[in-house]
Amino acid sequence: MKISLGPMLYFWPKQQIIDFYQQAIVSDADVIYLGETVCSKRRELKTRDWIELAKSLNKSHKEIVLSTLALIEAPSELTELRKLCENGDVSIEANDLGAVQILSEKKLPFIAGPAINCYNAQTLKILINQGMQRWVMPVELSRDWLSNIIEDTNKMGLRSQFEVEVFAHGHLPLAYSARCFTARSENKAKDACGLACINYPKGRITKTQEGQQVFILNGIQTLSGYCYNLINDLQSMQGLVDIVRISPDADSNHQTVSLFKQQLLQPHHYEPLSHLQCNGYWHNIAGLAQS
Amino acid sequence: MELLCPAGSLPALKIAIDCGADAVYVGLKDDTNARHFAGLNFNSRKLVQGAQYVADNNKQLHIAINTFAHPGQEKRWFNAVDQCVDLGANAAIIADIATLEYATNKYPELDLHLSVQASATNTAAIEFYQRNFNIKRVVLPRVLSLHQVKQLSRNSRIPLEVFAFGSLCIMAEGRCYLSSYFTGESPNTVGACSPAKFVRWQETPHGLASRLNNILIDSYQTNQKAGYPTLCKGKFNVNGQVYHALEEPTSLNTLSLLPDLINMGVSSVKIEGRQRSPAYVEQITKIWRAAIDSYTEHPSRYRVEQQWTQQLANLSEGSQTTLGAYHRHWQ
Repeated sequence: MKISLGPMLYFWPKQQIIDFYQQAIVSDADVIYLGETVCSKRRELKTRDWIELAKSLNKSHKEIVLSTLALIEAPSELTELRKLCENGDVSIEANDLGAVQILSEKKLPFIAGPAINCYNAQTLKILINQGMQRWVMPVELSRDWLSNIIEDTNKMGLRSQFEVEVFAHGHLPLAYSARCFTARSENKAKDACGLACINYPKGRITKTQEGQQVFILNGIQTLSGYCYNLINDLQSMQGLVDIVRISPDADSNHQTVSLFKQQLLQPHHYEPLSHLQCNGYWHNIAGLAQS
Repeated sequence: MELLCPAGSLPALKIAIDCGADAVYVGLKDDTNARHFAGLNFNSRKLVQGAQYVADNNKQLHIAINTFAHPGQEKRWFNAVDQCVDLGANAAIIADIATLEYATNKYPELDLHLSVQASATNTAAIEFYQRNFNIKRVVLPRVLSLHQVKQLSRNSRIPLEVFAFGSLCIMAEGRCYLSSYFTGESPNTVGACSPAKFVRWQETPHGLASRLNNILIDSYQTNQKAGYPTLCKGKFNVNGQVYHALEEPTSLNTLSLLPDLINMGVSSVKIEGRQRSPAYVEQITKIWRAAIDSYTEHPSRYRVEQQWTQQLANLSEGSQTTLGAYHRHWQ
């Protein structure tokens, strides 16, 4: 099983992003995803900067992937998407079927990201026919669901044609909106957001009136309040999952990658999850719950 | 411009037709549709009666099969498509790629409408569905601004259907897992958001508290009107400020945009609310029929009657309405 570092979901200053990837390239991660997946107004790195960065990282021994925006509305966003898809070198994680369309027209292989609605083997088959080589399972699905799909793909003779990646650590991307919740939290209109997200490198914590941490606001994206952590579940992924994804946050990313690596090499049971962590989705219960 | 109204029951369907709907949309009594609530939707017998009523009145019937087929249980979704064809429905509203493929291969004559749950918000995504499944119409997610709808209608030849009135989903539909994060059940997987079985009302010394799977969504003083705890419409605390962090409990109302929608060539305006009562469907249908007719007869004289606005406000969540994402200010 390999370990990937998912795309950075937060909005960080340019230098910090570059530093982050300089460290990532020497980390234990086997696959590194990068690119802006949340908001097209975040241009600390422009599309061509992301492509350049990806190409420079591509010279290493790691697999480098450029991730696309999940919610694509404006024609200008499609133009940027095309540039990304036509980079000529680095492979693409498609987070919208618009990206799948562009890539399949160009006969380019792709990875279907977690924001694509793929819930059954027949859908996987269609995506494979379009050029999908790896499937990142939607975050709300469980081990049971995955296992049923894998069984079906075995029967259909498809299993050898794609890899399976599972989101295994980090705040879960749960929703995308027209509205910017970070701007709203500062009483600003989206059009006049002043790129407020850059002030919140870990997003904005949102709690119930009783103090339960339910969401992290990250621009137009809503993340889970708790950090998803499947480190104790890696054993149950054997035979089903090819890659586990660690989603970067502001601290200890590379240590998390190393912990997962160790756990894969020498499995042992970790301490129980903290009260700000969860693993519910994998266990087919509420996402925020702990099994 | 087609007026497309919701029907969660046979009485609602009949009243929508009687009050001037050009088309109604319904769901089967199972998890193949995104309003899978107890006591709602159509069993086979009722569906036959409903389809007959629609046909007798020369109106259109759309059947929503707009959740995602579970692995190993695809048959249930495929059967829903078969039923749709057997009934002579005019269109199937589908979100799942596997179900779309089944429908287009087996029934090339059946009109397929891409459900809002498929979350197609750009021309390339629409092209994906057109090329692969020959869809005939796209129901647009409620995340687009009016300008973006206009751009889509200009850049794509496919007929567009937009939400015109009703509960406002503030997230890109089909890509929101907030409900399963709280409860384990989401629109995509079980066909319901913030399912009723997880809702609990609790009297406290501070007023009424609404909970979803025991998580506090909102609390109300005795004089405040309490709303259903749809989790994105709760009051939450961000850095000490308690407010509707995601969205207020309001309804979408686009009566004032009707001329724009018609002029940009939108094919159909959809009223949300299969979960609502026949009385609700009756009032909404009458108002929207009157509005569309009023504009069609005298475009230059069209204005939103105060009476419509008042009636719609009374029918709305929290008695408030908004233009939602169509108006950039909302964003």
